[in-house]
Amino acid sequence: MMYEQFKIRAEGVGSEVYRFQTKAEALDFIIPFLQKEGVTDAPHGYALWAEGPFLNGIDRTPLHNAVPGLKFEVSRQLAADCLVGISEVGYALTDTGSLVTDQTAVEQRLVSTLAVIHIALIGTDKILNGKMDVFKIINPGNSKYIAFITGPSRTADIERVLTIGVHGPKRLVIIFVDDMGGAN
Amino acid sequence: MKSDFKESISKAVNNTILTGALGKFSEAYKVNRAKAYEGIDFEALRQNIADRKAYAATHIDLLAAAFKIKAEAAGAKVYLADSPEKVKEYILKVARDNNVKTVVKSKSMASEEIHLNKFLEENGMSVRETDLGEWIIQLAGQRPSHMVMPAIHMTKEEVSELFSKAVGERLSTDIPRLVEVARKELRSKFLEADMGISGGNLAVAETGSIVLVTNEGNARMVTTLPKVHVALVGIEKFVEKFEDIVPVLEALPRSATAQLLTSYVSIITGATENTDGSMKDLHIVLMDNRRTEMSKDTKFVQAMQCIRCGSCLNVCPIYRLVGGHVFGSVYTGGIGTILTAWFEQLQNSEDIQGLCIQCGNCKDICPGMLDIPDMIMEIRRRLAVEKGQSFVQKAIFTVVNNRKLFHTMLRAASVAGTPFTSGAFIRHLPFFLSDLTEGRSLPAIAAEPFRDTFKKIKQPKLKEKVAFYAGCLIDFAYPEMGVSLVKILNKAGIEVIFPEDQTCCGAPARYNGAYEVAANNATDNINALLKEDVDYIVSACPTCTVALDHEFISTFTSLGQTEMLPKAKILAAKTIDFSTLVKKLVDEGRLTPTQGRKLGSITYHDSCHLKRTLKVSDEPRELLQKVGYELTEMFECDTCCGMGGSYSIKLPEISGPILQRKLTNIKSTGAAIVAMDCPGCVMQIRGGMDQDGAKIKVMHTVELLAEQLLSDK
Ligand code: SF4
Ligand code: SF4
Repeated sequence: MMYEQFKIRAEGVGSEVYRFQTKAEALDFIIPFLQKEGVTDAPHGYALWAEGPFLNGIDRTPLHNAVPGLKFEVSRQLAADCLVGISEVGYALTDTGSLVTDQTAVEQRLVSTLAVIHIALIGTDKILNGKMDVFKIINPGNSKYIAFITGPSRTADIERVLTIGVHGPKRLVIIFVDDMGGAN
Repeated sequence: MKSDFKESISKAVNNTILTGALGKFSEAYKVNRAKAYEGIDFEALRQNIADRKAYAATHIDLLAAAFKIKAEAAGAKVYLADSPEKVKEYILKVARDNNVKTVVKSKSMASEEIHLNKFLEENGMSVRETDLGEWIIQLAGQRPSHMVMPAIHMTKEEVSELFSKAVGERLSTDIPRLVEVARKELRSKFLEADMGISGGNLAVAETGSIVLVTNEGNARMVTTLPKVHVALVGIEKFVEKFEDIVPVLEALPRSATAQLLTSYVSIITGATENTDGSMKDLHIVLMDNRRTEMSKDTKFVQAMQCIRCGSCLNVCPIYRLVGGHVFGSVYTGGIGTILTAWFEQLQNSEDIQGLCIQCGNCKDICPGMLDIPDMIMEIRRRLAVEKGQSFVQKAIFTVVNNRKLFHTMLRAASVAGTPFTSGAFIRHLPFFLSDLTEGRSLPAIAAEPFRDTFKKIKQPKLKEKVAFYAGCLIDFAYPEMGVSLVKILNKAGIEVIFPEDQTCCGAPARYNGAYEVAANNATDNINALLKEDVDYIVSACPTCTVALDHEFISTFTSLGQTEMLPKAKILAAKTIDFSTLVKKLVDEGRLTPTQGRKLGSITYHDSCHLKRTLKVSDEPRELLQKVGYELTEMFECDTCCGMGGSYSIKLPEISGPILQRKLTNIKSTGAAIVAMDCPGCVMQIRGGMDQDGAKIKVMHTVELLAEQLLSDK
C-alpha cells in the first residue's frame, strides 16, 4: 500500500519506480539496464556504484564483466565522466515521492549529482509517511549532509516551461528491494 | 512621482510580451497552487510557520549565539556581519586566504542585495551564477525581476541571443536545447571553481544547520565540488528547532512553484569531506543589514516571517501588469517595496510604494502571514511624515479635512458640473477631480446629495433604529443607493437615522499616508455616529465599513493616540456592512423574498475590502439568488477592478488595463447585469462599461435587492 502511494507520487514528479523481491532480481534488472543505456569503459560512459549495504556479499567481478564500464571506486574525475550513478538511499516518503538520505560521504553526492542517470536503491521497508516521520529519525548531529531528492533535476527558468535535467541527473530510477539481506 | 518612474511603468504596461507572459503565469499559478495545497489546512500551516518565525524574529541574538556554537562545533566558521561592507570584506578575505580565482554561486537573494558579484569581480575574481535564471540575468547584466523566477521577464528568443553570445555559437530558441547548453557550459565551471557561494533558506539554531531548497541541483554541486563553501544567510532565516524545518518545507515549494517538494533539499550541518579527502572550508556568514532594527519595529517585525516564496508577486494584480523591473531594486513587488525601504532606505520606496492598490490578494496567500498592504500603508505614513506631502495632495486633504468646505465644494461641483454632463456621466470635473475622467466616464455629482434627500424620505416611526453611514460616494454621487437601503430596512421594520455630522471616512487621506487627517476624520465620525444609541451602524461602502470597523483603531494606534480608542472600539463592534445585515434579516424572516422569480443571469464582482478584509462574499450572492437571479461566476471574480480610491487618479496607466481585464471577464459571462457591493467599484466599472459601450447593467446589490424586495408584498 505504502509502496503504491509512493510510486504514484514519485512518478508524478518524473521518477521511474521499480520493485523486486531480492537483490538478485534487482541485479537482473540493473545489468541489462546499464547495457541498454550504453554504459562503456570510456569517459562519459562509466557507471559508478557507491559503496552501500546492497553490495555486501555480492561478487562484483561478474557484474564488471557483464558491464565493463561499471566501477565500484568513486572519484571526482570518474564521477565527472560518468553516465550512470548508483547509490543507496535511506528513506522514501509517500506524501511527496521523495527520497531522504544521509550523504555525508562525498561519494554518495558525486554519483547522485554528476551522473546523467541516477539509480537509487532502497529497501521496501524504508518507506515512511511523510516529513514528520523522517524528521524524527534523521539527526543532523550524525548526518552532516542530509539530502532530499524528489525526481530528476528540473528548471522552469526559461518562459516557465518545465525542463528536466538542467544541472543534476536527467533521470531518477528508484529500485525497491523487499529483501535487502542475502547474497546473490 | 518622478517622470522616469512613470515612463518605466508605461513601458512595462505596453510591453505586451511581458504582460502576456506574466498574465498567463498568474492564471496558471492560481490553479496549480490550489492543487498543490489540496488536503492541507493552509490556515493552520501558515499560523504554525508564523508562530515559529515570529519567535525567531524576537530572539535573534539568542538564536545567533546558539547557531554559532553548534555550527562551529560541527566544523563551520560562523561570522555575524552587521553591514553589507563587512560581509564583502569577510568573503574577500576568505577568497584571498584560499587563493580563489573562480567562484560558482547558487541562488542567493542576500548576495544580490549587497551586489556581491560586482564586488568580487572588481577584486579580480571570475564569478559565475549557476541557477539558470540567475545566469541568464547575469549574462544580460540585469537585476532579478522576481525572487523565485529571476528571469521571468525574458523570452526564449532573448535567452537564445544571450547564450549564443556566451558560447560563441548560433543557437536555436528550443528551450530543452538551451537548457542543455547551460548544463554543458556550467558543468565545467562547477568542476573548476575554487569557491562556492550559496544562500540559505533556513538556519537552524538548535543544530547549526543550513537548509537549501532548490530544483536544479546546482546548489548540491556548489556545496560539494569547490573546497571552500561560503553560505550567505540573512538573519531572518533563523528558526529555533530542527523540526521547524518541516512546516516551512510543506509551504515553501507549494507557494513558490506549486510543487509538493522541490527536487532537492539539502540540510548541511558543519563541514564535510572534500573529494580529495581534505575538510571543507565552510563559512556561514549571517547578514544583518538592518534586519535586527526591523525586528524591533512593532509594525515591521512581521516582515521577518517572510520565507521568500514569491507568491505575493504571483497574485498581485499590479505585479502581473508591470513586472519586476519597475520596482528598481533587487527585491520586487509588495514585499520588495518593504524590503527596499529597510535594506536600502525609506526614500527608495517613495515611488514604488504607490504601486500597491491595497487589494489584499497577497495577504490572503502569504505563508508567512505578512500583512503587506498594511506595512506599505505604514511606509506611506512614514514617508508623509518625513517628507511632508506634495502641494497638490496637501490641497486635497486640507479640503477633505474641512468637512464644511468639502461638502460645499462637492455641491458646487454638482452645479458647476451640470453643463458638462452627458447622460448620467460627467466628462469634466472641477479642481483636483479632473484627472479622474482620464479613460473612463464618471458619475455626475448628484443634483441633491443624500443628506438632503434623506430628510424627504417618509419613514414610519419604528422602535428599532440603525444609523446609516453613507460615505462620500453614496452621499454625493449615488444617493439613490442610500434611498434603496433606507427603504429595505424600513420594510424589515427598522428605522434609519442619518447622523448629519458624519464626514469622509478618512480612507483617501490614510491611503495617501496623511494619518493625522485620517485621525481627525475618525474622531469626527465617531462623535457623530455614537451620538444616538443604535444597534447597528450600517454602510453600503466596504471601504467605509473597513474604516469604521478596523482603520479608525489602527490609525489611532499608529499615531500613538489612545484617547479615542475605547469609542473607536465601540463603533467597530456596531459596524456592519449592508449585505451581511440584510442576509441576517432574511434569515430571521424579517424580509421574505418572493419565491420562484426568474430574473435571468447575473454575475458578481467581489470588492477587495469586502472579500478580503471583511471576509464577506457569500452573503450578497445568496441574497441575489434568493430574489430570483441566476448567478454566473466570472473569471477572477475577486480580482481588483483597478479603482483603489485615488490610485486611479495617480496611476491611470495601471488602473486602466486592470479595469479592461475586469470588463472582459464580466462580458465573457454573458450576464446582463453585474452586481457589486461597493460604490467605488460601481463608479469604476460603470464608467468603464459606458466607454466600452457594452449594454451590461452595473449595479450595487442594494439597488437590485430594493427592486425586488420592495415590490414583494
Ligand atoms: S511576503 Fe509572504 S508571500 Fe511574499 S515572499 Fe514573503 S512569505 Fe512569500
Ligand atoms: S495589496 Fe494587492 S496591490 Fe498591494 S502588494 Fe498586495 S497584491 Fe499587490
